[in-house]
Amino acid sequence: MVWWWLALAGLFGGLCGGMGMGGGTLLIPILTMFLGIDQHLAQGLNLLVFIPTGIIAVIIHMKNKLIDYKVFFIIILPAIATAVCAALFVGKIKSETLSLCFGIFLILIGLFEMYNAIKTSINNKKKKPVIKNKVYFKNMYKTNVTLKFYSKK
Amino acid sequence: MEAKKVIGLIVAGVFIGVVNGFFGGGGGMICVPALLLLGLSNKQAQATAILIMLPISIASAIVYYTNGFIEWDKVLFTGIGSVIGGIVGAFLLKKLSNNVLKYVFAVVVMAAGIRMLF
Repeated sequence: MVWWWLALAGLFGGLCGGMGMGGGTLLIPILTMFLGIDQHLAQGLNLLVFIPTGIIAVIIHMKNKLIDYKVFFIIILPAIATAVCAALFVGKIKSETLSLCFGIFLILIGLFEMYNAIKTSINNKKKKPVIKNKVYFKNMYKTNVTLKFYSKK
Repeated sequence: MEAKKVIGLIVAGVFIGVVNGFFGGGGGMICVPALLLLGLSNKQAQATAILIMLPISIASAIVYYTNGFIEWDKVLFTGIGSVIGGIVGAFLLKKLSNNVLKYVFAVVVMAAGIRMLF
């Protein structure tokens, strides 16, 4: 397999991940469907590829003080325990079965994201009719200018 | 923290771990909405989710490695692409906060899912 196809797949996955949409959720099907990589290998690849990108993102978020450490410490132990068990279990499953399960998972994620997008669209429409604000801001600006004018005097 | 919230977080943790260990990804897609439900702000939820996904991914990757599901040459090339893509994507996010992207993502993911079933 040519290396640039892998780099391109990674680039696309990273691009989606960076924009806040599941990078791995897209990278895995790209690897299996377009590059013919086995489902197990694609999943292993995605896990490792996430680590460097994740570390960079976490450092940036730490600096911006966006991380809730309490939440992290409560959630992390059960998450690691079940992740290890699930990863051990995956080794005993046939690639075709795993692929099928992943397909169902993708459809569910897609439906959920579609529901979210529709909900956001409806909320945005509800917010839009407040155009009067523009006039308000214009007037506010004018008042400010007038105040400055008088205060100078 | 309230007991209800703690239980909610533990349940979320169990679920996120199962999904990410089993599918080798996708845990973040569950983690972010779960954290939002538990009262974190949008940015906080995304940032905390990445920190949660890191040790889970490392632990799962170790198990995948021991099972022989890691090919290092492929990891290297895909990893380089992914890091560059991640940085570009984060910059693009500031410019393209359009809901249309979400629709595109949903359709693409569903199409890929249907394709994988057959």
